[in-house]
Amino acid sequence: MKRQSWSGLSLLWRSISRHRGWREQWRSAEPKASYDIVIVGGGGHGLGTAYYLAAEHGLTNIAVVEKGWIGGGNTGRNTTIIRSNYLFDESIRLYDHALKLWERLSQELNYNVMFSPRGVMMLAHTVHDMQVLKRHVHANRCNGVDNEWLTPAEAQAFCPPLNIGADIRYPVMGAALQRRGGTARHDAVAWGYARAADALGVDIVENCEVTGIRRSGNGAVEALETTRGLIRSNRIGVVAAGNSSVVMQMAGVQLPLESFPLQALVSEPVKAVFPCVVMSNSIHAYISQSDRGELVIGAGTDAYTSYTQRGALHVNMHTLEAICELFPCFRRLRMLRNWGGIVDVTPDRSPIIGKTPVPGLFVNCGWGTGGFKATPGSAQVFAWTIAHDEPHPINAPFTIERFRDGGLIDEAAAAAVAH
Amino acid sequence: MLLIDCPWCGKRPELEFAYGGQAHLVRPPRPAELSDQQWADYLYVRINPRGLHAERWRHTHGCGRFFNALRDTTTDHFAATYKIGEDKR
Repeated sequence: MKRQSWSGLSLLWRSISRHRGWREQWRSAEPKASYDIVIVGGGGHGLGTAYYLAAEHGLTNIAVVEKGWIGGGNTGRNTTIIRSNYLFDESIRLYDHALKLWERLSQELNYNVMFSPRGVMMLAHTVHDMQVLKRHVHANRCNGVDNEWLTPAEAQAFCPPLNIGADIRYPVMGAALQRRGGTARHDAVAWGYARAADALGVDIVENCEVTGIRRSGNGAVEALETTRGLIRSNRIGVVAAGNSSVVMQMAGVQLPLESFPLQALVSEPVKAVFPCVVMSNSIHAYISQSDRGELVIGAGTDAYTSYTQRGALHVNMHTLEAICELFPCFRRLRMLRNWGGIVDVTPDRSPIIGKTPVPGLFVNCGWGTGGFKATPGSAQVFAWTIAHDEPHPINAPFTIERFRDGGLIDEAAAAAVAH
Repeated sequence: MLLIDCPWCGKRPELEFAYGGQAHLVRPPRPAELSDQQWADYLYVRINPRGLHAERWRHTHGCGRFFNALRDTTTDHFAATYKIGEDKR
């Protein structure tokens, strides 16, 4: 299908011609009997993988199968924060690769993903926090990634609603600011990749749940059993987020993952009051303002594993208490909606991206509480891995085998929250 | 919030409890004889099932004791709770 190319002028023309002539942005594909590659999971990472396979590796006989609707899982449930201020070299390379792709993603996809580098500020409330965050600042700068230390007064100048008074339970003692960090419109990321992949010939098959993975005599994958019939393929990439354990067990692969509900909530919309993203690991506040005016607040994970996509209210209350203390002007705001997504957490809080013991089967999982920010980078290196049947240098450290060989990438900071 | 039936204290709100992860994991009696893969499997690999899950809880703000529970991870309903040492029901 030829893609409609969009520009400011074409959007203006459609708006004055009464919005006639809009077409569907991607086909609703029927699954074919076989493909060269099938991606399991139609979130941002999966759709992006299909897009980069088609755009950068010339592989277009590809399907993305999604059990629900695209972008309906964690892609549509996260708090849209983007940053790359991780501690370890391996993580910094991975997340900053993603951040560089974010910076030109709208142009590349001809789709406005509303990337807004408004700055991500992480607060310190204790001497230990200050040491940890300063260590991050230095680790980032050694890797050429921007991150700077702010005094409480400088932090308040950057984010005026912030309470830096000494009379709160955990006063702000400083902050680390990554100015290149920010937010993007999460749905647009899924839609933009879907539209761009579809235009290159990728089939996007929604309402198609994988129920089994068939392997041939030599152990290699040969087909997917789905609710829409058998789909043959000898290369399968699983990007199933919270359900990764379930899908991979169909091929006999056990992963070091546990799936937890992670909650988020939004307030009623108000005028633009909040210019940046603020996070606090210690007292667990995590807040930004969407372009619609809602305050977008990330809560924590529930204590127990679950697939319910919901959690308990006390988890939200915990984060709201911290927000009210740090931003007293929000105390009387009403919360509109809360929801949960299922996040697959690894023991070292770093993702697994690469090959598996099963020939032809690749996995991209374990993003835990912080996968959205990595979407373009994760998708691009995973596509490279599938195309070359070996990991890209950026994702080479993120193997399953690191748990056996002791090469953990222990990012307690991955979620930037204590949990 | 979940209501959890402590085998010693009865039904109490989730806030009184701490989650202890997958139950019935037995520490290998002779770790030195294990291969790296077997040791990694013991340390890190979890069933993470979609459905009934046998898991440990601790009544931290109550009797303080560990116990096991069977919970459906698709509904969060508890099928049973039972004392440490008892068999899965």
